[in-house]
Amino acid sequence: MGASAQPVLRRGVGWHVRIALLETRFQFLSSLRLPAFAIPTLLFPVFFYLFFAVIFQSGGPSLVAPTYMLATYGVFGVLGPSIFGFGVGLAQERDTGALLLKRTTPMPAGAFLFARVATAAIFGAVVVAVLFLLAGFAAGVELHRSQWFSLAGIILAAVLPFSAIGLAIGAWAKQQAAVAVVNLVFIGMSLISGLWVPIYMLPNVMQDIAIAFPAFHLGQLTLKVIDLDLGRSVWFHLVLLGGQTAVCLAVAAAGFRRFSGR
Amino acid sequence: MRCLPGTCNTSVTAAYSRKDGGRVTILSALALPSGSAPALARLSGVSHRYGDVLALDRLDLEVHEGEVLAVLGPNGAGKTTAVSLLLGTLTLQSGAARVFGSAPDAAQVRLRRGAMLQVSGVPETLTVGEHLALFRAYYPSPLPTERLLEMAGLQELRDRRFGKLSGGQKQRVMFALALAGNPELVFLDEPTAGLDLDGRRRLWDEIRGLKAAGRTAVLTTHYLEEADALADRIAVIHRGRLIAEGSPEEIKSRTAGRVVRCVTTISAETARSYPEAAGAEMKGQHLEVVTAEPEAVLRRMFALDPELGDLTVVGVGLEEAFLALTGDGAGPDGNGAGPEGGT
Repeated sequence: MGASAQPVLRRGVGWHVRIALLETRFQFLSSLRLPAFAIPTLLFPVFFYLFFAVIFQSGGPSLVAPTYMLATYGVFGVLGPSIFGFGVGLAQERDTGALLLKRTTPMPAGAFLFARVATAAIFGAVVVAVLFLLAGFAAGVELHRSQWFSLAGIILAAVLPFSAIGLAIGAWAKQQAAVAVVNLVFIGMSLISGLWVPIYMLPNVMQDIAIAFPAFHLGQLTLKVIDLDLGRSVWFHLVLLGGQTAVCLAVAAAGFRRFSGR
Repeated sequence: MRCLPGTCNTSVTAAYSRKDGGRVTILSALALPSGSAPALARLSGVSHRYGDVLALDRLDLEVHEGEVLAVLGPNGAGKTTAVSLLLGTLTLQSGAARVFGSAPDAAQVRLRRGAMLQVSGVPETLTVGEHLALFRAYYPSPLPTERLLEMAGLQELRDRRFGKLSGGQKQRVMFALALAGNPELVFLDEPTAGLDLDGRRRLWDEIRGLKAAGRTAVLTTHYLEEADALADRIAVIHRGRLIAEGSPEEIKSRTAGRVVRCVTTISAETARSYPEAAGAEMKGQHLEVVTAEPEAVLRRMFALDPELGDLTVVGVGLEEAFLALTGDGAGPDGNGAGPEGGT
């Protein structure tokens, strides 16, 4: 707020934070008002969990299934907002020229990315909260407090690698194609990574293929919290997940370079 | 302190050395970053290629403080490429682009410049007021929201979602967003493309308001009428080159005219030698002569070729006007490659 005639050339951390929060607020509002985004991302995982883990299993002999599904549907719950927000949202903003317009403004690129990650995290957090309430009160899942927190933490952290996948799709695909690709990844990766059906029930070939997908590693990391994973080490999952995320980011960066070259 | 060490000196040299040769200019450019001597924005010897297509061919363009400059040219002339280079949304391939004495995408440039892009929308689920609030927040001293709504004629539409607006209303929102930061320099890339007559007139009024407020604006258009109605100065671009530059009156006097079209034995060279002819060329079997005085040209032609036939005389379209300007300039032959398909 300098009173001089000179434009303010250096903007502080406060300015960056303010823009990032404002971008987040409007990104969130915009997503919430888009039924095609809000309804499937919020309701799919909740209904799936309600149906398969609560209603199907009620009166069942063990709490293993509802507990197992809490971990995997939680991961599924943040996958949707992350890859739809970045994949379809970004492709859309690029196709409509909104992204190009913002590049002519002083908006920091970081604020733009932050807003999308934060929006996915907010949607993810709502899904996780509802799943936890269903698990704790309707399905009767019992966990240590530390397990609840660990599960919530890993699930919310999954927003980052999933956003990287969305970013890679959104940076390359046109809007219409992005919708198709994102849906394919959303459903295909969830299935093959064992987010819908437990991984040990899938054929061996599919279990081997699953190692190529970030959702598999995140599913295993959450299952490890409740001792229901396949037994590989934490580092195995973290290293592969990190590598896959780096590949996605590199693909996304190449897409953006191509975009500014034309 | 205006430039990061290392970035400024070299690029200023690149920008100004061509014309003024070096150091003295560099020093004055640093002393007067947005002063009167250098242009507010300039492209110097800029060429740009998309694959095999040469979109800009050693283009020089200057924007002076306080003027509304119209960049006029047919579709594919290179107008949007030129603007994109001045906005920094396209990477410069050769030549120099400077805005306020800095690189076009420098942070201090973004703060002082606004833009309305040719193909642009904003998320449809946010309201006009929300979009304005977001864009205003990017700038240190934005225009008040009420003022923006008024300047763009959007007072009634503040709470309407962007997706529910008509084409003309959307363009006015984009116009308001371009002005959100109270910019000294505004780029408007074909602002009225796709608008009906009413929408166009309305936006023209808003753009005239810019000039009244003492802002500098660069407007691209393929309508001579639009350039004439809004600009102080017109730069005509054709096939990536600046082919004419001047006041609207000057440009109009050079482009207003008729096309005499006929089948004749008279060659294009002969027709071009007539003092009344602004340009002439063969189109298939027909000779086309662009002229402000069709009667005089026809008298000369009938004198030479009484058998001349299939005659039409029509008002000059912008495309012919550009051809006339190209043939008219002291440039190289120009007609050898054929007039079709500029990109």
